Amino acid sequence: MMNLETLSIDQARAALTSGETTATALAESHYARIAQEDGKINSYLSLAKDRALAQASKIDALVKAGDPLPPLAGVPLGIKDVLTMVGSPATAGSKILEGYHPPYDCTAVAKLEAAGAVLLGKLNCDEFAMGSSNENSAYGPVHNPRALDRVPGGSSGGSAAAVAAGFCVASLGTDTGGSIRQPAAFCGVTGLLPTWGRVSRYGLIAFASSLDRIGPFTRNVKDAATLLGVMAGSDIMDATASHTPVNDYVAESQKPVAGLKIGVPEEYFGEGLDPEIRAAVEKSIADLKAAGCEIKKISLPHTRYAIPTYYVIATAEASSNLSRFDGVRFGLRDKSAATLTGMYRQTRDAGFGAEVKRRILLGTYALSAGYYDAYYKKAQQVRTLLTRDFLSAFADVDAIVTPMTPTPAFKLGEKTDDPVAMYLADVYTVAASLAGICGVSVPCGNTKDGLPIGVQILGKHFAEGMALRVAQAVENAQK
Amino acid sequence: MSETVTLDVVRRVAELALLELKDDEVARMQKDLNAILGHIDQLNELDTAGVPPMAQVSEILGGQVEASAEALREDVVRPSIDRTAVLREAPEADHRFFKVPKVIER
Repeated sequence: MMNLETLSIDQARAALTSGETTATALAESHYARIAQEDGKINSYLSLAKDRALAQASKIDALVKAGDPLPPLAGVPLGIKDVLTMVGSPATAGSKILEGYHPPYDCTAVAKLEAAGAVLLGKLNCDEFAMGSSNENSAYGPVHNPRALDRVPGGSSGGSAAAVAAGFCVASLGTDTGGSIRQPAAFCGVTGLLPTWGRVSRYGLIAFASSLDRIGPFTRNVKDAATLLGVMAGSDIMDATASHTPVNDYVAESQKPVAGLKIGVPEEYFGEGLDPEIRAAVEKSIADLKAAGCEIKKISLPHTRYAIPTYYVIATAEASSNLSRFDGVRFGLRDKSAATLTGMYRQTRDAGFGAEVKRRILLGTYALSAGYYDAYYKKAQQVRTLLTRDFLSAFADVDAIVTPMTPTPAFKLGEKTDDPVAMYLADVYTVAASLAGICGVSVPCGNTKDGLPIGVQILGKHFAEGMALRVAQAVENAQK
Repeated sequence: MSETVTLDVVRRVAELALLELKDDEVARMQKDLNAILGHIDQLNELDTAGVPPMAQVSEILGGQVEASAEALREDVVRPSIDRTAVLREAPEADHRFFKVPKVIER
């Protein structure tokens, strides 16, 4: 009997080629587990059984014929519900998109399927990816599989929880200000934030376009490298998808780390950091040193300004992106209004939750006449300073290691009444988001209460191979 | 340093954003916006005179890597998503148009 909670891409492939299982049986056993266990986690919003089983039978036919298998043959994946997939709803965790079935596939999702993956269904998230706890979903919160009374993190909470709970081998999430890395840390799985522009965003329901990225959740670093290799690259449907050459991330991730220079920024180890997390991260740094890395103290002096900068830029872009939800082209419409403007306003009132309204208001305020220079332009200037911090640090080091979160997963309901406290939980994630650099969130231990702890490995722009390589060394030291 | 956001400002911004807020929501949003803007005021500690604003990651990378957001595709006609499939998702449509409440009075 296969252990669905620990199954990796390599193991799934081996089981398929040896005839131990079939792609169909693998998909069915995941669906059975979801049916039995997801009631208490709430990770899936919809299942794509027809599409998944059709793909699985194609893969089984390849196996039977002895044909060469694509890299992700038969691997069951879950997809965050902000990404489009023909045949499935795309709610973005919002009531305003209830009933919407997008007529096209997200490029990243289509690439995974073309590489043989079996797409099981769509995963819960904070509404329009706005949140750090998954409590802003219109379809109910996700529970952390490692402690059901705690949040899984957000916004890609369903994507992290589904991998941790054995409801898929890997999943896709999105990260605008930490939404892959923080839930990965809270649920004890690996999360990869690719460089901005590395993976096409065609088919991603936009939140903040200068920050949004798509990336994988996996059970090990090598699987994350495999999925990135499949998804990375330019796309005629997304002018922001970079033409920078795609590397062999798996090969790079498996190289030894001896001789690499690792930066440890003092600003990430200050007040507010949980002592157990500090100890676990320091242990990982010691492990890297033992593996032959040179550890260097560095400074990223503008770090404390990252959260205020992020909450101006992200909300300003969101207020613009979310203006498309107006009851005309998709999803919900309030039919009681007699005028067009009334219809827009009442639809948006009925369709958006409190956090989305809060961010639209903040962003609209920051962009409005008289405040643009004081807020939006100021934040863009500080964004330059934050990015310069990283560029000068990376002149001296190959990767930067920091804690992933200041605390382990907090309790459901603990921060919902205080938006500022919730925003401060993003303290270690948003600077890398603003700078556009890549990063990996890797499990590095547990608290004495058994809650997962994550460590963040940051790499410079388009240096995913290097970040994954250091992440692999951290993972190896856990074994 | 920021002025306090008043209830009237919240209502005006909601109007700009095409959001309908109930009275209790206006009060809640006023409290939250002031708390968040109070935190954002920290940015004024920094002297940013002469620092260029950064709108896109690619701007700051210059020639270091092939920049994103500058990738233009060949300008050729390609098929787009079928109109029927798009209109099927609209709350109200006839076979060619999205339908909305009347905007022009006779």
